Amino acid sequence: MIDRIDARGWLVVPAVLLVGVLFAYPVSWLLVLSATDPEPGLRNFTTLLESPVYLKALWNTILISGSVTLLCVLLGYPIAYAMAHAGERLRRLLIFIVLIPFWSSILVRTFAWMVLLQQKGLINRTLIEYLGLIETPLTLIYNRTGVLIGMSHILLPFMILPLYSVLNRIEPSLSQAAASLGAPPVRNFARVYLPLSLPGLIAGSVLVFVMGLGYYITPALLGGPGDVMIAQLIEMQIADFGNWGLAGALALVLLLGTTTTFLLVSSSLIEGVR
Amino acid sequence: MTGLNSERLWRLLCSALCLGIIVFLISPMVIVVIVSFSSAPFLTFPPPGLSLQWYRKLFGASVWLDAIATSAMIMLPSALIATTAGTAAAVGLARGRIPGAGLIASLIMAPMVVPVIITAAAMLGVFRVWRLQGTLLGLVLAHATLAIPYVVFTVLAAMRLVDDHLESAALTLGATRWRAFWRVTFPLILPAVLSGMLLAMVISFDELVVSIFLSSPAVRPVTVQMWSDVRGDVDPTIAAIGALLLAFSVSALLLETVLNRQRVRPFAAQADGTVTQGAAR
Repeated sequence: MIDRIDARGWLVVPAVLLVGVLFAYPVSWLLVLSATDPEPGLRNFTTLLESPVYLKALWNTILISGSVTLLCVLLGYPIAYAMAHAGERLRRLLIFIVLIPFWSSILVRTFAWMVLLQQKGLINRTLIEYLGLIETPLTLIYNRTGVLIGMSHILLPFMILPLYSVLNRIEPSLSQAAASLGAPPVRNFARVYLPLSLPGLIAGSVLVFVMGLGYYITPALLGGPGDVMIAQLIEMQIADFGNWGLAGALALVLLLGTTTTFLLVSSSLIEGVR
Repeated sequence: MTGLNSERLWRLLCSALCLGIIVFLISPMVIVVIVSFSSAPFLTFPPPGLSLQWYRKLFGASVWLDAIATSAMIMLPSALIATTAGTAAAVGLARGRIPGAGLIASLIMAPMVVPVIITAAAMLGVFRVWRLQGTLLGLVLAHATLAIPYVVFTVLAAMRLVDDHLESAALTLGATRWRAFWRVTFPLILPAVLSGMLLAMVISFDELVVSIFLSSPAVRPVTVQMWSDVRGDVDPTIAAIGALLLAFSVSALLLETVLNRQRVRPFAAQADGTVTQGAAR
């Protein structure tokens, strides 16, 4: 019986081979290049730390991901709350609505924002022609505003879904008990509901932040020259300069950033799942 | 009375806010679809009138038709490979007691977690040497590798709900291991396998970053063609191709929702499960 059970373990081999040869080997190769190309040593890393261009991009990456995370918390919490407290039909509808952008192509969604945010796009035309609120069009694209709007839209489902799964499991009787003891709604929310929802909030924030760090398409299309993020630098090093060593160093920095963020909060993540 | 009123106010506020956020989530997609039917000669919203001119232009342009064909030729084999290898791996991880199972699971899941720009750059470097860069085979293998973790994730969740004693019962009744799996376990996980395959198809069809690095003028999927056009001069043909991509994703999602309803009921993990599905993008 034992050897039969073990036999099924061999089923992992094709996937391990595919991922090992086509993914793990290339990624390790790229990371090793950071210390060996063009010559062995830490030259690539000192270049990174000494150049203001690279430091600016690193800072941009952290700042943009952080701001997007904050925006996603603000936009995601009300929806997740509504999903957790809606009736069965409305809940299903809301989940479906959140899943549509989730399954749709990032490129198509970014393109949609290009249409909406451009000089004569819907938002500017609404503000100028239909509402008459402003005279000159707002610059909403090819700058930080465009990047933040586009990335928040694309990453929002990653905030809503983990948050919802936690909110959904909060005992309603706890808030009811607080209310019956005389807690006003705002205080009740801040002291009872919000702390209980914290694991979901943390899980969603980590997910959004970490995914934001590696974003390439959206900042490339909606951002300006001042919004270059680390992923664009990696692409540039390879496509424009053929500098694989520096690309490897940037990749290593990005990978370290994502894994340390995960590890730093993993304890609270695990608590959230339990 | 005041308690009731403030509660009503709270609810009203919440609904208004939620409606606004839903509009934010959905409107970009709706607008792409509307613009694709525009009668204007350039990108403008709202369109002055409706027409099918952009779809006519799209289906008359060999560039786009070739790109759609290329995408399909990448998607089908890669989804097939990912589903087969991923399902097998999920069964192996769930049932075979392998030493170092945790490590193997993290290796298989890694393409989902590592930022896709790193994967793309790394694959380009190695695939160039292996002469896979710019070939159909290279893109098929790359997309299959990206999709495997999603299939494993989906099928593993289903495997955890299937009692292994069912298979043991079949074995004691004289079935072979192979037959017991195909007749007992496989039908139970089939909906999950199919949704894993749908996911793999959508991941391949919508994939852009790795495709940018690995494609060539001869082998150019739809998203890469769209990417190079979006950065040049934009005309509503792109909206038409975008609307087609959206239609593909939404039909896959609808199918997945139907499959999901037929899955084993106690599926509280589903909400967490869907979370990681888009992480590779």
